[in-house]
Amino acid sequence: MIKKHWARRHIAEAIVRGMMIASFALVAISLGLILWTVIVRGLPALTWEMVSQTPQGGFYMGKGGGVLNAIIGSLYLAGGGTLIALIVSLPIALYLKTYLGDSEWSRYVRLSLDVLWGIPSIVYGAFGFAIMIAIGLRASLLAGIIVLSLVELPIMVRAMDEVIRRMPTDLEQAALALGSTKLEVALNVVTRQMLPGIVTAILLAFGRGIGDAASVLFTAGYTDRIPTSLLRPTASLPLAVFFQLGTPYPEVQMRGYASALILTIIILVISLGSRLISARLNRYTVK
Amino acid sequence: MVVTLFPLFLIVFIVLLLIVRTWPILSAYPAKDLIFGMIWKPDNGKFGFWPFIMGTVWVTVVGVVLAVPPCLLVSLYLSEYAHSMTRSIAKPVLDLLAAIPPVVYGVWGLLAIVPFVEKGLAPISKRWLSAIPIFSVNQPTGFSILAGGIVLAVMIAPLVISVVYEILATVPNDLRHASLAVGATKWQTIRRIVIPQVMPGIVAGIVLGASRALGETIAVLMVVGNVAKVPTSIFDPAYPLPALIANNYGDMMSIPLYDAALMGAALVLLVVILIFNIISTLVLQRMLTRKQA
Repeated sequence: MIKKHWARRHIAEAIVRGMMIASFALVAISLGLILWTVIVRGLPALTWEMVSQTPQGGFYMGKGGGVLNAIIGSLYLAGGGTLIALIVSLPIALYLKTYLGDSEWSRYVRLSLDVLWGIPSIVYGAFGFAIMIAIGLRASLLAGIIVLSLVELPIMVRAMDEVIRRMPTDLEQAALALGSTKLEVALNVVTRQMLPGIVTAILLAFGRGIGDAASVLFTAGYTDRIPTSLLRPTASLPLAVFFQLGTPYPEVQMRGYASALILTIIILVISLGSRLISARLNRYTVK
Repeated sequence: MVVTLFPLFLIVFIVLLLIVRTWPILSAYPAKDLIFGMIWKPDNGKFGFWPFIMGTVWVTVVGVVLAVPPCLLVSLYLSEYAHSMTRSIAKPVLDLLAAIPPVVYGVWGLLAIVPFVEKGLAPISKRWLSAIPIFSVNQPTGFSILAGGIVLAVMIAPLVISVVYEILATVPNDLRHASLAVGATKWQTIRRIVIPQVMPGIVAGIVLGASRALGETIAVLMVVGNVAKVPTSIFDPAYPLPALIANNYGDMMSIPLYDAALMGAALVLLVVILIFNIISTLVLQRMLTRKQA
């Protein structure tokens, strides 16, 4: 009886709905396939030697050693870049919230941040390289850190900004009513409320920084040693993957897959960590 | 106050510096010869960008065309149909897809997509679609525009989905309820009521995805073949602008004007991306603030 009412529009509904679920499955399966591919191909070559040693002689022809230089190098690069980005981002985010609110000017600032976000890292790399030539700086850890901080900056400010904007304004108004200045509100009330947001923003930016290859390609160089000074070149994990895959030796390529797995594990840990930390810290904010 | 000027200042500074670095080659050759030049031989002083520009266009278009239909369907599904449970599964999936580094996408492309194109799609196309020029198979490997496009499609998916989802959320529920109350199905409501409300935002989201795809370097470089020839089929290799910059930064200081040419490539990329980004962000900003009003 019910069948009679199945008009064309109900069939269309069912078809579209099926296509939507299929598309959703496609996206989820893509993620699964990426992780599966990297794990299956990377795991066999992932040994303790890989993560505990720097490349030995003949490493790029299949002899012994690991990619510790790239792991440490990447941590230095992303760590330094994130630190600088944080120092610049925090005042911007706080100023946007406490002083600008939803004014016309804040819209321009947000627009400029979104535009910065959209600039590809290869352009940041070329830009960094042009500056290095101008001031006579060689490919080094320092240059890589500076360029990464530029790549990370818009991500960090926008992530903080999103959190701050959703914050209730009652607390601020209460503080202002008690006679606090706007600066005091920014430093004592907003910052504390923002803490989970700041932590998430830091981890997001760090994750982006550690995975970025195109910007450090020009600026950080590559070396088999662990950098001992800011002015020395440094290896990085994305480039380690890239260069090892570029060699014709299967053993080296295998280690390239293993390096990709190491990078993926770091990214997974960061995104899991940011979830846990922000859930935990959120308990201490006033809703 | 001053600190909020920093992002704007940085954009202007990047553009100006790249223009200054590109200037030597712009004053040595007419812009028309650079852009439409077919031959790239820096040793002989020939800098024709056309094959690279076309390579970029082909890879980006294929990536966007592949990404858009499923992305729109997923955003619509998440916004109009899905339970809050499904949404809470979708968020980490999309976040993780966005967090995976480009080089890992490249590894995946190399291990999974290139062989899939070579052994799976190319033979099918050879058998059934060889009469259509853009599907003809002219080379034996899977390193192709199609492989680059598939990788790009997955890479830009999280961005496009989240932007479109956010825009869909600005449609007032009253409109949906009114439509459903007079007996329309959900899909009719979406097609006739929801989508027309947010069409500019959807287009802006797609443009944003395209601009992300334009600049993607490492992942595309690893699977697209890097042959400096104007492609005619999605199974042809291509050599996009970002790959050109990344592959040649090493030698660029030793040949005259080479560095200016590569900076010029970065400048072209930057200007196109800036235009795409500014327009789409303005549209999105306007639509998102309308909700609060």
